[in-house]
Amino acid sequence: MKPAFWQRLDLWARNISPVGLTVLLILLSVIPTHIPGYASIVPQLALMGVFHWTVFRPDLFPILAVFLIGILQDSLSGAPMGLNTLVYLTVFGVVLGQRRFFLGKSFFVEWLGFSIICAGAALQAWLLLSAYYVHVLAPAPVLFQYLMSIAFYPLLAWIMGRWQTSILR
Amino acid sequence: MGKQGPGSSTRVDAIRHYLQRFAYVGLVGAAFGLMMLGKAETVIVEEVRARINDAFAPILEAIAEPAETVRSYLDEGRQFLSIHEENMRLTQENERLLKWQTVARKVEAENVILRDLLNFQVGPEASYIAARVISDDGGTFSESALVYAGKREGVNNGQAVVTGEGLVGRVAGVAHRSARVLLLTDLNSRIPVMIESSRARGILAGRNEEKPILTKLPPGTIVSPGDRIVTSGHGGAFPEGIPVGLITAVNDALVEITPFVDSQRLEIVRIVDYGLDGILDRHRLRTDLPKDDLPVAVVPEEKTVEPMHTVVPKPGTERRPSEP
Repeated sequence: MKPAFWQRLDLWARNISPVGLTVLLILLSVIPTHIPGYASIVPQLALMGVFHWTVFRPDLFPILAVFLIGILQDSLSGAPMGLNTLVYLTVFGVVLGQRRFFLGKSFFVEWLGFSIICAGAALQAWLLLSAYYVHVLAPAPVLFQYLMSIAFYPLLAWIMGRWQTSILR
Repeated sequence: MGKQGPGSSTRVDAIRHYLQRFAYVGLVGAAFGLMMLGKAETVIVEEVRARINDAFAPILEAIAEPAETVRSYLDEGRQFLSIHEENMRLTQENERLLKWQTVARKVEAENVILRDLLNFQVGPEASYIAARVISDDGGTFSESALVYAGKREGVNNGQAVVTGEGLVGRVAGVAHRSARVLLLTDLNSRIPVMIESSRARGILAGRNEEKPILTKLPPGTIVSPGDRIVTSGHGGAFPEGIPVGLITAVNDALVEITPFVDSQRLEIVRIVDYGLDGILDRHRLRTDLPKDDLPVAVVPEEKTVEPMHTVVPKPGTERRPSEP
């Protein structure tokens, strides 16, 4: 009885780790870094998590988790509630439809895919925010954030890939 | 995963597939709904946000402190390299400040005498709540930060947030142990200010960009780069005379302000409790109404009556559902 319980707990902990990691990425993206100019271009870390896990382990990354991750990101970052939630859900939907395109391909294909998806996400966020405030916002920060996100993706993808092979099997 | 192809699809799989699709559409709708509710200034949305922030505030606080320590070590190292220039600069500054000290002492003494002569009533004494900043300024989507102090410490909506350098912003959204500070640069930020030298009043409006702008100045006001901007005390939420920034650029359309406070280097801020209950407490507003006309208790519908004419933001620009 005992080992079965611990095994189940172990499996459960492993299975919940993709969502847990993404939550950790959100926290990382909001803590104060005090680097001048960094705050406005902080890469979309949570988006990378959503993208990566939707491609590789959609079975461990349910829709509801995506929704809650978006809500968390919105409320901690002070963005209008629902903004990042919509963006992440869109990314989730699009990536889930195009999964076959990424699976078993080289990393560069994955990176290219991420940069395309991320561009769409940035554009969507910018449009939604401009509509929300009824004010055309300066596009430069969104653009820089996008470039930062692309630059950071290989590092995070590597970490998440290692996690996937060693912890999730 | 029951979607390999048409061959393996049983009825259960089909139902699951439909449920998934339904859940997806439903959640997208929910996210849209949340945005709409937020736009319509629903209290629930802000309440949910406050609850979530409260739950995560201790974690963020725990991470923020070591991050600060690391940064301060790095800073120390950097300062060590430029210690000579820094010393020169400080000596010069000290000299300059000593001169100012003499001036200030003289003015202070004079002020005391003049107040005595005029029987001048000093305004309410401000008390301060110190709080650690536990999140970066929201970045691309908003200019706000979380602080680790809330209702528990006596923080209220609308209170001014300052550092030694000047105004940071105001409190917009309080939870039990955390609060959100809306920075001067946020698109929703409207602060009643004045030009220190000419006393011309205006509104400092954020744009989600680095530099806020000065609007609603009286026609014919002369502004020039280098003018100091301070809070005007209108609206009854902020004390008068908190330094805000310098005018750095003037052209036909815009008067750009550079705030004194660098919002990216905030560590500890002070929340000013001026004894005023935020922006909408009518008791403290300087109104044209006779004093006994004011209601005893603040009733919610009072906020539609807006007797102030100088500080009311443009309709539709002041959007903060968190205010009472």
